[in-house]
Amino acid sequence: MIKLTNIQKYYGSYHALRDVSCHIREGEFFSLLGPSGSGKTTLLRTIAGFEGIDSGDLMIGGQPMKGVPANKRPTNMVFQSYAIFPHMSVAQNVAYGLRAQRLSKAETASMVSEALAKVGLAGYGARAAHALSGGQRQRVALARALILKPKVLLLDEPMSALDRKLREEMQSELRHLQRNLGITFVLVTHDQEEALTMSDRVAVMFEGQIAQLDTPQALYKQPASKRVAEFFGAMNILRADIVDVKDGVATTRIEGLGTADLPMPRQADAGTAPPYCAGVRPELMTILDDGAQSYERETAATVTDVEYRGELTYYDVKFQGSDTPVVVSMRNTSNRTLKTVGQQVRIGWESASAVLLVDRS
Amino acid sequence: MSRRMPFDADTRRGLSQISLPFAFSILLLAAPLALLLAMSFWTQDFLTLDRTPTIANFVEVWNSPIYRTLMLRSLKISLIVTFLTVSLAYPAAYYMSFVAPDNRKALLVFLITIPFWTSYLMRIFLWKVILGYNGVLNESLMGIGLIREPLDFILYNQFAVALTLSHAWLPFAVLPIFVVMEKVNRSYLEAAQDLGDTPFQRFRRITLPLSMPGVVAATLIVFIPTIGDYVTPKLVGGSSGLMIANMIEVQFKNANNAPLGATLALMALLLVSSVAGLFVWINRRYLKEEGAA
Repeated sequence: MIKLTNIQKYYGSYHALRDVSCHIREGEFFSLLGPSGSGKTTLLRTIAGFEGIDSGDLMIGGQPMKGVPANKRPTNMVFQSYAIFPHMSVAQNVAYGLRAQRLSKAETASMVSEALAKVGLAGYGARAAHALSGGQRQRVALARALILKPKVLLLDEPMSALDRKLREEMQSELRHLQRNLGITFVLVTHDQEEALTMSDRVAVMFEGQIAQLDTPQALYKQPASKRVAEFFGAMNILRADIVDVKDGVATTRIEGLGTADLPMPRQADAGTAPPYCAGVRPELMTILDDGAQSYERETAATVTDVEYRGELTYYDVKFQGSDTPVVVSMRNTSNRTLKTVGQQVRIGWESASAVLLVDRS
Repeated sequence: MSRRMPFDADTRRGLSQISLPFAFSILLLAAPLALLLAMSFWTQDFLTLDRTPTIANFVEVWNSPIYRTLMLRSLKISLIVTFLTVSLAYPAAYYMSFVAPDNRKALLVFLITIPFWTSYLMRIFLWKVILGYNGVLNESLMGIGLIREPLDFILYNQFAVALTLSHAWLPFAVLPIFVVMEKVNRSYLEAAQDLGDTPFQRFRRITLPLSMPGVVAATLIVFIPTIGDYVTPKLVGGSSGLMIANMIEVQFKNANNAPLGATLALMALLLVSSVAGLFVWINRRYLKEEGAA
């Protein structure tokens, strides 16, 4: 649906988009995730037509978008501030883009009420724009964009102005809406949880570049770099030395854990040999009770801190022969007793728990 | 048992804060207006002021064509001036707000105020120098051979008054429009374009209605003072360019008929407030229709 090829964008001397290429498929929920200043909003505005590009190609629905202004593109946008026109009622806002279609009053009215019903605002048409709450504004902005039946709906951090409860509600509603309509959604967000729960695929951006483009599961389980890994939840980072590489599998010596065969990171540049490290998620290691379970790999460790959080307990442990503190999280099931600080324990893990990461900036 | 205070603490604090401005507005606004109103019902006979209430002044103002002529001329001139300034100010304000880069805006606002660096009187005299019989304009036109004799119809008439007043009030019209435009959220413009508007449609449906409060403010700021101006008509208006305020001045000073002057002032006040009210009402209608369209 959207094809970006080698997009370059400068603001003066600032390099905002560095050679961005990706393909957003038809009907998918695609997220651009990154910290502020990563270029995710610039990329979205480029797709919408509000920003030009200095080089590269942008195609939407098979059409090149070079020189096509925003009002002629098959995209519509939900703005971060929602941009609800303050001098118009809800119905007038929603009907705004229909003017060009020269519909009769009755047709317009029925389309507006249909669109409002779709976003759960049936009967709100006569309301003044200033009499709306934040969540209602977002729904009006959605209805206003969707009534034009765009090929692509662009959403610029639409949840950032909502409180937590409303945000979760809108996330699942938005997801349902997207599934039902089958329209391609492109969402910009800095909230990794939001990106994971809502998207079919996520492009993680840092400094104007796509660091990794993958499904939420792959991003969590097989992050390509240390930076991407740390962006999604907690990740223990350990020193790692590659002893040997064969068929994309690296025999790696991991600090404290010993040697394991790990797949080479995805999207790692061939040719160059960046420094590598190993990552292990806290929930993929287990503190073994005496003799009860057996694991593929076991490592002796000392508990240095215990943080009880009700559902989970977080242990800080140190592996024998390593100074790096490692976090292990344990679900507090009924038969588990809390370990104490200073206790010697055995940590159970498997080579699939660890992932080899590119350790670069 | 403590003595009962007349008001509770909050009320007292409120009163102490409001009483000074309140006294100020009573003394400087309400009292003079009341005096003006009272005086319009009195009569003056040479040196004695007759305080018997009568509507004689109103009858005279109504019946003498000279007052009506002056009143209508003042209205006409200030409407022309208002129209000229506001329609010249709007594009200037638009440029400053929507076209000029952000780091230039402060400089542009500063430049707009440059005419204020010279006194009002100086600026009026400058127009005399430009428009006069041997003035800059005539000399130049003769110099390039466009005319043989100096034009004598460009100074001392209503045209000269309107031109001078427009020049004097233009900056006052630019600033309120600029301020209101600055407050227009730029994402509204992007949203309108995103929803299919061409730049012109977007201007008509979003920018213009949202900048209307500034236009109304500018209209009132220019219209209200110009209708009562008497310095400019006196200096560049000749006899055909005199306005109602000149007549009020004459009544209070030379003619020594303050009651008639008060009546005229009151009528002018009524005229200004009704026209100003009309502007506000038209604006409301316009905004309502714009929303419905």
